[in-house]
Amino acid sequence: MSQTTNDPRLLRAPPKRPIRLSWSDERVRGIVWQLLVVGIVGGIVWWLWSNTVHNLEVRRIATGFGFLGREAGLPIAEHLIDYNPTDTYFRALLVGLLNTLKVAVVGIVLATILGTLIGIARLSKNWLLSRIAGVYVEVIRDLPLLLQLLFWYAVLQGLPGPRQALNPVDGVFLSNRGLKLPWIEWESAHSWALLAFVAGAVATWLYRRAARAAQMQDGQPRRVWPVALGLLLVLPVAVWWVLGAPWTPDMPALRGFNFQGGVNISPEYFALLLGLVLYTAGFIAEIVRAGILAVAHGQWEAAQALGLKPTQVLNQIVLPQALRVIIPPMTSQFLNLTKNSSLAVAIGYQDIVSIANTTLNQTGQAIEGIAIIMLVYLTISLSISLFMNWYNARIALVER
Amino acid sequence: MSDITLNTAAAGVPEAAPRSAPLTQLGLVGWMRANLFSSWLNTAVTLLLAYLIIRWAVGFIEWGIVNAIWSVPNNQTQACRDLKGTGACWAVITEKHRFMLFGTYPYEEHWRPALVCLLFIGLYVVSAMRRFWRWELAIIWAAVLSVIGVLMWGGILGLSYVPQERWGGLPITLILATFGLAFAFPLAILVALGRRSSLPAIKVLCVMYVELIRGVPLISLLFMASVMFPLFLPEGMNIDKLLRAQIAIILFAAAYLAEVVRGGLQALPKGQYEAADALGLSYWQKTGFIILPQALRLVIPPLVNTFIGFFKDTSLVLIIGIFDLLTAGKTAIIEPAWQGFGVEVYVTIGAIYFVFCFAMSKYSQGLEAELNRHRRR
Repeated sequence: MSQTTNDPRLLRAPPKRPIRLSWSDERVRGIVWQLLVVGIVGGIVWWLWSNTVHNLEVRRIATGFGFLGREAGLPIAEHLIDYNPTDTYFRALLVGLLNTLKVAVVGIVLATILGTLIGIARLSKNWLLSRIAGVYVEVIRDLPLLLQLLFWYAVLQGLPGPRQALNPVDGVFLSNRGLKLPWIEWESAHSWALLAFVAGAVATWLYRRAARAAQMQDGQPRRVWPVALGLLLVLPVAVWWVLGAPWTPDMPALRGFNFQGGVNISPEYFALLLGLVLYTAGFIAEIVRAGILAVAHGQWEAAQALGLKPTQVLNQIVLPQALRVIIPPMTSQFLNLTKNSSLAVAIGYQDIVSIANTTLNQTGQAIEGIAIIMLVYLTISLSISLFMNWYNARIALVER
Repeated sequence: MSDITLNTAAAGVPEAAPRSAPLTQLGLVGWMRANLFSSWLNTAVTLLLAYLIIRWAVGFIEWGIVNAIWSVPNNQTQACRDLKGTGACWAVITEKHRFMLFGTYPYEEHWRPALVCLLFIGLYVVSAMRRFWRWELAIIWAAVLSVIGVLMWGGILGLSYVPQERWGGLPITLILATFGLAFAFPLAILVALGRRSSLPAIKVLCVMYVELIRGVPLISLLFMASVMFPLFLPEGMNIDKLLRAQIAIILFAAAYLAEVVRGGLQALPKGQYEAADALGLSYWQKTGFIILPQALRLVIPPLVNTFIGFFKDTSLVLIIGIFDLLTAGKTAIIEPAWQGFGVEVYVTIGAIYFVFCFAMSKYSQGLEAELNRHRRR
């Protein structure tokens, strides 16, 4: 190596000393310290492990994941996939995982929207608006999330029964059985329209990329919005129209003691979502505010001096810079929301933790149950951080 | 200022005196014009918000004060139920506040947990003052924490013995938070140093610990403490449930605090490390005298924010059935007579949590401003 390099600093590097078996040698000290720490930690782990093995033998608990194939026999109120209590534990846990994802994904989207709005409101020139946003952030962040969840659940439980349900808009009922919303009878035409929308979104994205590349070549800006409108709105509607335009509204109506029809949002899910979104939005608002404040004032002025329109200033100058500050802490908020969704167990929403907990109580497989919970959350955490790191790297400042 | 100008103007030298700004730009009116009614949109927003606030405030006062019932004779909650949600039933607090604050601790001994709470608050206040930031503070902590142990357990000095199963309410919350942080903090410093270490094995261990703990929710650790921990120990050895939860909270808090401390270690200029090396200081001398005093000072505000987070997170022990403040509140309304008054109870408990967290949060903001004073000019 030293022959190929021309860096004079490397040529002047100190010569390698042989290891002396003495405490004054840094490398010897390092090895001893490492052996010591690894030995202690390994010893503790081995001690715990041998105790566990012994205890399991004494209590005659069979280890392993064989119980996953057994019949679960536990009822689950909310499931995205078909499920009945005669299904296996594996399927029950899968239902729980989907329930966790259902609340986490919807929660992340809503919390981001609400948090951004509140963060911008805090910077508003309107004193009253910024004050209210400030008080909201301060109060919501100083109360434990679990307390908030229990509070919202108590509020929902305190609502009148189905017969006296609150009916703010026609077809919407709010009672202690949850929130009822009108829906349409789902037919294949709707699925095709949805598929067309997704395809349109991909095509729009590709077109926008091509338009950007072309603008880089000749400097001429191209309009993206007519294409986006066509692909995102006209195409799905056309597909739906061609397939016969089915439209049968499914309105909830009171029959007997409960509602029939429509789509139901259970009080547990509603309370959990409400609590998570309101809580996380308080933190996201602070991140958004800090991100916007981090963009130097000169950037706004310089962009305006160039004659850019206000939307262009925001989209092309301020947001790309603010996002760099916003993304890393936002990632940890998304992770927090996902992990906090495990508090569902306190209000009876059957997420993965709740179902794994029931499973371990029914089967006595404590280690496996907790291992499953940890594995699921580690995987979700890792996926979110990988995705956000990729996004962060994409928008990061490219330096020389 | 404006008074003087106006007076000179009245004295009869109008052309010499500078004119004061028009009345619409001054004082309350001017402030309102600038901050509330600067444009049509702003005016609309202000009016809408003012309307909503007034409506909400009136509704809250009606519910919380005007229509509220403050006490009922021997658990006859029918009067409360007749309100049908139009008024608060504060009677539940009047009836149950001792239970919510101190749980099942023997009634006639309630002065002991009350004194413990005051001692904790005193300890926080003393620790918050910068003039007490010195080594003697550690001795004060040790002394106060032992006094707290004596008060809670009793059994000596003529105090009757109270087993741990009967502890509950606010003292448990304060114990979990305080002991958790007192033990997590030194551990966090060691882990943060380990993560920055040049020794690969130690570094890997610390990274694994931090990332593993931060990747899973606190609940899973608490479940682990409650159902798995007994399996880890040799037969016959049994650790109390509260202590197990405490250990889980310590391990959890240490991973988060370690990341905060690491931030401080990274923010310190490299010259500080090199200068300490150049002076021939050993690793522990360098760390103890040069690095940590500066690094920790840098991260005090985020540390306080993390403390607030853990203070709130201690409420999660509700899920494994430990009797903290929130659990006590939830248990208070299990009795059939008091069922359905959750909102009143949670508002009250929320107020207690809020007082603690808000004080810490304001303190952190004040401290941040004070510590950053040299940066502002």
